[in-house]
Amino acid sequence: MQGSTIDEYQVSPNSEPSAEGAVAAHEEHPDYRVLGLIVFLASESLMFGGMFASYLIYRGVSATWPPEGTEVELLVPAINTIILVSSSFVIHNGDVAIKKNNISGMRLWYIITAIMGVIFLGGQVYEYLTLGYGLTTNVFSNCFYLMTGFHGLHVTVGVLLILGVLWRSRRPGHYGETKHVGIEMAEIYWHFVDIIWIILFTLLYILTLF
Amino acid sequence: MTQTETAPQSQATSHSSHPTAWKWYDYFTFNVDHKVIGIQYLVTSFVFYLIGGLMAVAMRAELYTPDSDLLDPNLYNAFLTNHGTIMIFFWVVPAAIGGFGNYLIPLMIGARDMAFPKLNAIAFWLVPPAGALLLGSFFFGGAQSGWTSYPPLSLITANTAQSMWILSIILVGTSSILGSVNFIITIFKMRVPSMRWDQMPLFCWAILATSILALFSTPVLAAGLTLLLFDINFGTSFFRPDAGGNVVVYQHLFWFYSHPAVYLMILPIFGIMSEVVPVHARKPIFGYKAIAYSSLAICIVGLFVWVHHMFTSGTPPWMRMFFTISTLIVAVPTGVKIFSWVATLWQGKIRYTSAMLFAIGLLGMFVLGGLSGVTLGTAPFDIHVHDTYYIVAHFHYVLFGGSVFGLYAGMYHWFPKITGRMYNETWGKVHFVLTFIGANLTFLPMHSLGLQGMPRRVAMYDPQFTAINQLCTFGAILLGFSVVPFAVNLIWSWMYGPKVGDNPWDALTLEWTTSSPPEIENWEVLPVLTHGPYAYGMNGRNGKGLNPSAPTSGEPAVEAK
Repeated sequence: MQGSTIDEYQVSPNSEPSAEGAVAAHEEHPDYRVLGLIVFLASESLMFGGMFASYLIYRGVSATWPPEGTEVELLVPAINTIILVSSSFVIHNGDVAIKKNNISGMRLWYIITAIMGVIFLGGQVYEYLTLGYGLTTNVFSNCFYLMTGFHGLHVTVGVLLILGVLWRSRRPGHYGETKHVGIEMAEIYWHFVDIIWIILFTLLYILTLF
Repeated sequence: MTQTETAPQSQATSHSSHPTAWKWYDYFTFNVDHKVIGIQYLVTSFVFYLIGGLMAVAMRAELYTPDSDLLDPNLYNAFLTNHGTIMIFFWVVPAAIGGFGNYLIPLMIGARDMAFPKLNAIAFWLVPPAGALLLGSFFFGGAQSGWTSYPPLSLITANTAQSMWILSIILVGTSSILGSVNFIITIFKMRVPSMRWDQMPLFCWAILATSILALFSTPVLAAGLTLLLFDINFGTSFFRPDAGGNVVVYQHLFWFYSHPAVYLMILPIFGIMSEVVPVHARKPIFGYKAIAYSSLAICIVGLFVWVHHMFTSGTPPWMRMFFTISTLIVAVPTGVKIFSWVATLWQGKIRYTSAMLFAIGLLGMFVLGGLSGVTLGTAPFDIHVHDTYYIVAHFHYVLFGGSVFGLYAGMYHWFPKITGRMYNETWGKVHFVLTFIGANLTFLPMHSLGLQGMPRRVAMYDPQFTAINQLCTFGAILLGFSVVPFAVNLIWSWMYGPKVGDNPWDALTLEWTTSSPPEIENWEVLPVLTHGPYAYGMNGRNGKGLNPSAPTSGEPAVEAK
């Protein structure tokens, strides 16, 4: 494609474009993708913010919240929370590993993270199946399913990103000490999903106890 | 300032491997060059402008008589909804931010392209399918509930069409978020090393503020629309009062985006004004820093005023107080800009080009629209004229007299840069006169209609308003015709216009230092900044046609080279 040369200039305006893409010194980071992702996630958090704000308004104007018959279950989500929060530390180990050029270490930590993510999603599905009320029961259940479902969608995307990283890491030399933007981006996204869950868990589960 | 930018080592080799200019068909394909994407945005949005404009003329034709005799009321509602939606989401925002932003930002900051060229192309290519989805909704009855889509009306009319409307808006919203990420990173990271923040052209400041605003407000609209989509299609009851929902929540989510959207539509235009006015008045811009910082101030304060759209929704008095005050405060940074442009015009050697005429026209119309906005910002008056034609008059003065005039000014101003040819000045002036008369004839009488109590969004009205409505309709038809000289002039000039040099206006911003039209990677060797963007007549530079005794107050620090 004609544009590909332009693309490479942008990725590294001061370095030699090569077939593999930018080969730049580690310190320079002329690649702005990580920064771009952070800005994008700032935007996405506002989307959750809109839902959280709506939820708080509904909660504020209701006499009983959650309404009779739609109480949340706490055990499975609490276990789920522990799994998801600890997965953030697991994935960080993978990032540390790749910065020491330890690709197999990175793969191991990322595989564990993906498994933890899948367990989380499984726990969520189990929760949905056992709750005894559905999306349309009342406004609380509307919020509950939409917010957790939307978050679950983000976890799914996160798992897919991690699987993408693992798939690419099969190619020798694709990732290394100085080339790990994709790995870093997957990690940042995963932390984002985690932070959102902590807020979500506080709002939907812990606040219903009071 | 003394740093020299060296071209990438590989440039010589890469230049031989690709052409120096794009072919016509490149503009119809997935292309990652920011200039191609900018033109794609401009042309696409202009087509939508024509479609939305035809809807407006049809509505005005319906309103020529008090009875509903031309358009079926459902069709009238669908035109009403889609006219608003198209003009905002498919014309002003994509043209101002996507079109001018993409074309100009890398050129103005001395970059070869945006930070993420492929993402940029993806953002553009979300727009045509979104537009197709919106227009396709006409086959399912057309969305009926106005561009605000307030429930419960949006829950009970034309559900398929309404869902298509929602998905269309979410698609353009996604495009806008991706574009904003790109602009923010580009402006922060890709300026030529010799360009300090206070030497950045004001258009870049405006796009930066716009992008920040879009980044934080658009996702909230997406959240609100998602809830509405679930209400329509999946049986939830977020906005169904009979099932515990609350319609005012929708209004909050909607206006948290859609009030800032007003600034999304006008901030880039302020940026265009800040480029056009000094160049055609041949004077340094007055109050560079004031204009730059007031963009950021509008961006921040603009996020805290949305409730003034909801004064009649049972808003508690303390909220009305807070939002009245914050709304009135927004007028301050806006006024700062207006005064700065007027001060720039003061004793300038004004060239009355078409671009400058539209800029001056904008000043007049936008001030009137801004003043009626201040009256509306106060809760008591707002309650009086709520949902009358006064509102229609106000926002058309701001959006047509502001945004559309600004887009025209920008199109004339940068036409020689984009095409390498000059447009026909006489036809440009004809276009201006028709537009200016048409706009005022259409929208000025609406103030009177509103104060007398004619409601907006209706196809039938009390016969006492007939005469004024007919005046408005004549204006609208004139306004419709005013596009013809513009379109013909631009197309003809693009093909056969006289060729001009790189810098026909003697402008000082970086985009004029490259060839017209700019080559594919913008510069053979990246430029080095030797003066501020508005250093007219200063330090003896670029003396031809400039005013050497121009005042220097408010000018950014300029180091002569």
